[in-house]
Amino acid sequence: MELCQLTIHEAHRRLVAEEFTAVELTEAVLERIMAVDNDVKAYLTLTPEEALAQARAADERRAAGEDTPLLGIPLAVKDVLCTEGIPTTCGSRILEDFVPPYDATVVERLKAAGAVILGKTNTDEFAMGSSTENSAFFTTHNPWDLSRVPGGSSGGSAAAVAAGETLGALGTDTGGSVRQPAALCGVVGLKPTYGRVSRYGLVAFASSLDQVGVLAKDVTDAAILLEAIAGYDPCDSTSMDVGGYNSGLQDSNGLGDKNGLQDSNRLGDSNGLAGVRVGVPTEYFVEGIQPEVEATVRAAVDVLAGLGAEVMEVRLPHTDYALPVYYLIAPAEASANLARYDGVRYALRVGGGGLDEMYKATRGQGFGPEVKRRIMLGTYALSAGYYDAYYLKAQKVRTLIKADFDAAFEQVDIIVAPTSPTTAFRIGERTDDPLQMYLSDVLTLAVNLAGICGLSLPCGFDAEGLPIGLQMIGPALGEERILRVAYAYEWATDWHLRRPTL
Amino acid sequence: MKLSREEVQHIAGLARLALSDEEQALYQGQLSAILEHFARLQELDTEAISPTATTLPLRNVMRADEPRPPFSREGILANAPAIEKGCFKVPAALE
Repeated sequence: MELCQLTIHEAHRRLVAEEFTAVELTEAVLERIMAVDNDVKAYLTLTPEEALAQARAADERRAAGEDTPLLGIPLAVKDVLCTEGIPTTCGSRILEDFVPPYDATVVERLKAAGAVILGKTNTDEFAMGSSTENSAFFTTHNPWDLSRVPGGSSGGSAAAVAAGETLGALGTDTGGSVRQPAALCGVVGLKPTYGRVSRYGLVAFASSLDQVGVLAKDVTDAAILLEAIAGYDPCDSTSMDVGGYNSGLQDSNGLGDKNGLQDSNRLGDSNGLAGVRVGVPTEYFVEGIQPEVEATVRAAVDVLAGLGAEVMEVRLPHTDYALPVYYLIAPAEASANLARYDGVRYALRVGGGGLDEMYKATRGQGFGPEVKRRIMLGTYALSAGYYDAYYLKAQKVRTLIKADFDAAFEQVDIIVAPTSPTTAFRIGERTDDPLQMYLSDVLTLAVNLAGICGLSLPCGFDAEGLPIGLQMIGPALGEERILRVAYAYEWATDWHLRRPTL
Repeated sequence: MKLSREEVQHIAGLARLALSDEEQALYQGQLSAILEHFARLQELDTEAISPTATTLPLRNVMRADEPRPPFSREGILANAPAIEKGCFKVPAALE
């Protein structure tokens, strides 16, 4: 197998065995990027010189006797996460020339673990979108079929992982932006519990929903990446002081061997899923779902049952309202967060007239159509006379959506559903109808509204050869639980071993 | 919920967004359709439900009040579109 196709844990084992160096591994991945990224277009910025310097430093640390699961491992970072001295555009013209003076906490943690940062991946502008078509620069192409979208907004990260242009990547998930592209690109994507991972240095979109997540080739790699970035950060007052991602779970989860994740290179062998209660929510098999997606996900549920899990139906009665609730709360928070782009302190400035004219011209020209649409929607929902009917109403229904999950997790340990109602759609197919695009996220939004955790992993392909994602949803701080069930599923199947031909 | 052109202009003003005539027409139609779709939220009786602003349990977050080195002035100003005498330079706010 080519080095660029290795998983993180395989590469780590072979780095330790001195089969190759971090520099050789990094060179192999950079060569892969040179060979395929003209077609895939996953990266907005490449940093080969910095990457090779970091790889050399990793080799020196290893020679000095040091080891971490990420020492010398090449990774990619979504371009909404600040990187010191490296442009961070958020896929927007308004930040085209912005070079952050600091690293996001998650980037700092990857660097401290000795990871090699290859570059910054494409995203819908300010992470607002489901296809990367809202990037101001270009659209990323799905490695399984270059005429289709990779999903979004972390589509650059998902496509890079699927195409072997990195061993793993960071993304962000406000309404499904890690899980949906993971599903469409046939990789594993994990959105942690709100508060599990620091948001310091993540350019804010919707602050009560945003969370940094990971994209990887298999479940073990996703666990390794989460372990590296999770934990309390004094710079983010919403990050939870629960230690690493597995240490805080000891009392809340009762799935089998609790020490399985201590050896973070592997999740250990599957002990089967005896005693695990899996809920299948009726409301997630929505009208308009692609029949192959439904059939494949139901077959995956049968695999879990075959491993000993107890499968039962659960109800999440307010699921239908998640879309309007999300598309009122997220734009409302975005309209406040994006007020900072005023042409004064950083990046773009347009117009030299009065101050107010400068604000309007800068924002009018600097933001793309979807960002302006959401700022307008959010401003309206917060404006005098409409606040109660829209924003406050949405916050109240958010309470009901969260209560649905609380009740379901009284009955079951995890919830299993499709990640996306369809496989990857064609580039251009949904750009004229924002509401149709919003429906791409209909099965992932509620998890963010409830602040809980979810992942997507490959569970099959449709007749066109496009990957289908299986979503596993856990309660707050239930990461170990969903990773364990996902690992058992992966152990029983071989979907995660498929790679696109490029 | 159908938005008028005046409402679109009012919201754009609140959000400090310069919009062309074409954009105003586009957003008038699209936002009206979106809000119409969202009207079904009103079906739910939420009289007795409290709003959720955050999913985290409310608690005080304290830290030691110790001075730390700030970002350098040069580092911050490096991203500014216009500077003068070590400060951000902006168009006149008053006539």
